[in-house]
Amino acid sequence: MNPQSLANIWAIAKRETVSYFGSPVAYVFLVIFLLLTGFFTFTVGNFFERGEASLASFFTWHPWLYLVLVPAVGMRLWSEERRSGTIELLLTMPVNAWEAIFGKFLASWFFLAIGLALTFPVVLTVNWLGDPDNGQIFTGYLGSFFLAGAYLSIAGLTSALTRNQVVAFILAVVVCLFLILAGFNPVTDMLTRWANPAVIETVAAFSVMTHFDGFQKGVIDSRDLLFFLSVTGFALFATALVIRNRRS
Amino acid sequence: MIRIENLTKTFGRNTVVDNLSFNVERGEVLGFLGPNGAGKSTTMRMITGFLPPTFGRVSVGGHYVVSEPLAAKRLIGYLPESAASYGDMTVNGFLSFVAELRGISGDARKRAVNRVVDLCFLENVLYQSIDTLSKGYRHRTCLAQALIHDPEVLIMDEPTDGLDPNQKHEVRNLIREMGKTKAVIFSTHILEEVDAACTRAIIIDRGRIVANGTPGELKAMSEAAGAVTLAARGVDAALVANKLGELPDVARCEAIPAAGPDAVRAYPRDKTAAPLLARAVIEMAERENWRIEQLRTEEGQLDEVFRKLTLPDTVKK
Repeated sequence: MNPQSLANIWAIAKRETVSYFGSPVAYVFLVIFLLLTGFFTFTVGNFFERGEASLASFFTWHPWLYLVLVPAVGMRLWSEERRSGTIELLLTMPVNAWEAIFGKFLASWFFLAIGLALTFPVVLTVNWLGDPDNGQIFTGYLGSFFLAGAYLSIAGLTSALTRNQVVAFILAVVVCLFLILAGFNPVTDMLTRWANPAVIETVAAFSVMTHFDGFQKGVIDSRDLLFFLSVTGFALFATALVIRNRRS
Repeated sequence: MIRIENLTKTFGRNTVVDNLSFNVERGEVLGFLGPNGAGKSTTMRMITGFLPPTFGRVSVGGHYVVSEPLAAKRLIGYLPESAASYGDMTVNGFLSFVAELRGISGDARKRAVNRVVDLCFLENVLYQSIDTLSKGYRHRTCLAQALIHDPEVLIMDEPTDGLDPNQKHEVRNLIREMGKTKAVIFSTHILEEVDAACTRAIIIDRGRIVANGTPGELKAMSEAAGAVTLAARGVDAALVANKLGELPDVARCEAIPAAGPDAVRAYPRDKTAAPLLARAVIEMAERENWRIEQLRTEEGQLDEVFRKLTLPDTVKK
């Protein structure tokens, strides 16, 4: 990667980040995200009643929370550029399309990372109350971060397909929901009644749940890591194709 | 600087740009005229590398836009039709961002921003967010971003659209000034701008070039070009028309009430003989003792040429 590419990615990521914090979306997202994680962890997730020093009841909800919140962050990435016409400006600059895609992705991923980092009080709480495995908590956060990145890249892809943010949002939710349900135990258990277990296992291998669980157990399995990175990489690559082919 | 060869763009079965070829050199300002939907914006989008051509190619400064997009784009400053900009940024932030993408850094960036802020009169709104600006300011902000790297090639899609008459005047002057050292293409609906700013104009209709020449050459295509208009005090237009009709160089005469109650226009048989016609008309006036109130040789009118070339055939008849 040459220095000009890095500079372009940096410039675009910086602009995108500033624009997140310049709009109310950022603050609404952060507040809602923190409120919901708190609510699910302590109330629905029975954090105290479990009587164990772990953040299992915290991380379990992330795939579902992200299902709605991450597409809300990613939906504007390209549809807004398309709607306002700035895409014409951006793509006639001496910038490669992939630099713009990567820059925008990094900015919104960074934004989600800030949201995730702001959940630190729950880590302090569990450490104060008991003696948790902080390594496991770390891998839990890492898994959550990669999960957010995968969802985000999908939201970016659907955002590139349309100038309508609502359409982009709904498409992203549907795709992400599929990625959850393909490996969600209640669904796979139901399917075992009439489908070949090998087929179900193959489909489940495409699910974020299967790979997210590994991180929650405190294991960084290279296959899980590879899964998230390849979903993200594939979605970013597909975004580039869409941008290249749907410029007007 | 800009070479366009057989440029064609089709959307589905619709051919929007049809086999365009022309060149623009440094020091030229090319006015790009045509009715709405003639393919002006699509052509400009292909020159700037936003849309890939269906067929044909464009090179800018020797770099083919499709195969060496970055090298070509570096040379181009582009003002898109929508004059889009990031509404949530301040003018200063937006221009700095564009300068950054253009690879201008450090002190040079500040100087570049200051230069275009002066050029486009944006001092007063430098720290306002673009969303809050009036249309004229937004337009000039986008114009400023096109100029920020002092490009060798300037492509502007309707640069005076939405500006007030004073701002239009400033922008035309700016274009003319830029045209001395750069290759400039701009599209417009306003035909006076061709006279005011262009060294050459192309009229396109339904994706094809229907006229290509200097403003003078285009005007000469007008029916009235080379005709002599005469008004004589107290002499009836019909009488004047009759007398002028006797001149050997005059093809026909007609009264032009729009130019004055007694104004008569004599059309030459041969447009190239226009100066002779004027002399013959003056001699006739002296012989007849008419008191001349008005006498001029018509240059021809661009709007007439434009209409003649771009109206659908059914309307022309």
